[in-house]
Amino acid sequence: MIAALRKELLLQWRTRGQFMAVFVFGAATLLLFSFGIGPDASALRTFSAGFLWLGLLLSSTLTLAESFHAEMENRALEGLLLLPSNPRSLYYAKAIANWLQLTILGIALIPIMVVLYDAGTTRLPTLLLVIALGTAGLSAPGTLYAAMTAQIKAKQTLLPLLLFPLIVPALLASVKATSLVILGDPMGQARPWIILLLAFDLIYWSLCGLLYGRVVED
Amino acid sequence: MRKGYAFIAIGALLLLFGSYRGLFVAPPEQFMRDVQRIMYVHVPTAWNWMLAVIFTCICAVAFLLRNNMKWDSRLEAGLEVSTVFGFLLCCQGSIWAKPTWGVWWDWDPRLTTTAVLLLATLGILALRSFVEDPTKRAIWSSVATIIASVDLPIVYFSVKWWNSLHQEQSTPQTVSSPFHLPLRVNAFGVLFLMIGFIMLRTRIAAARLERELAEPPVRIGEEAGELA
Repeated sequence: MIAALRKELLLQWRTRGQFMAVFVFGAATLLLFSFGIGPDASALRTFSAGFLWLGLLLSSTLTLAESFHAEMENRALEGLLLLPSNPRSLYYAKAIANWLQLTILGIALIPIMVVLYDAGTTRLPTLLLVIALGTAGLSAPGTLYAAMTAQIKAKQTLLPLLLFPLIVPALLASVKATSLVILGDPMGQARPWIILLLAFDLIYWSLCGLLYGRVVED
Repeated sequence: MRKGYAFIAIGALLLLFGSYRGLFVAPPEQFMRDVQRIMYVHVPTAWNWMLAVIFTCICAVAFLLRNNMKWDSRLEAGLEVSTVFGFLLCCQGSIWAKPTWGVWWDWDPRLTTTAVLLLATLGILALRSFVEDPTKRAIWSSVATIIASVDLPIVYFSVKWWNSLHQEQSTPQTVSSPFHLPLRVNAFGVLFLMIGFIMLRTRIAAARLERELAEPPVRIGEEAGELA
């Protein structure tokens, strides 16, 4: 699994141009959202957490849909499956790599959000924790669905169609926790949402790993 | 085949009788008056929708354990029937909610969960239509069904934390006795309809699968052309 993870990370490093493109896409989405509700500074600040997560979600479909690109060329996936390793470790390597990429993307989008929506916070560690947990919730089922949709033609359409209904709880909890972090949390309400996120992550990281072997088998 | 039609006929008769009782015989409800009568179809649809969803999950698990394609045909039928029922449920709910709550839609846990599941089953059906290999299609849709059904309780509880307004579920215990008969009769009516639909749809799916798995007919002329 370490070797598989190394391969994923190396691959991502070598295609970092694509990461930049996804980042620009995410930043552009954040800019566009503000046109959706007009130049009302206080409203923008109120909804900033939702915008950040929607931007991240939309960008994540690009990242995830492309994440099996290398495996699909020259039927490399079949070659990988022939190796004396568990398909599960291939899945976890891919999911961790996607997770890291999305977390970095989320962190990179924070300054954009702060500048555009005036949504700064002093509780940066909590915000980073929420972003890490939320993107983990996106990447576990996202990687599994990407493995399916990468093999068919309409992957750009089908991946969001399958993924979006599924990650509703993760999105809800992330938005809630992030907005509590940004707008202030006098009642300590962010904590249950973070626990919910954690539970979602645990369930899907184990379940998807379990089912992955069946998805890629021939 | 006959059995499927028989179930549908019985279901339609029961539904006709139950709805007649519900519309004309049962007294109107104290506060909601006639608007409440939609309960006689809405609540049975909701119960049977849940049954259809459970049936679909069982098919998905059974397929992954047994690798028998007949479970895939049943899965396809269950997915489609639960999509239709989920859609009906949202429509009936909106028709009832507008005069009662004053809005078409509300972000209540049950409504939201139904909508999320409706989208999820539509997504799985779309996935099925794009995959040509029957084995892959069966495995993938089973996997997606299991993942989506694990999601349901989480969606329910997260939305419940988020917001709530829907009234308690109506069961024969929570409504007064003159409402019981139409509610029960309609519940069985919809149940029979659902079983009939699933049976017929399973047959269609199985027939399609058989055609897909059959060897394509080879004509002598084409074979010769390939060799040349």
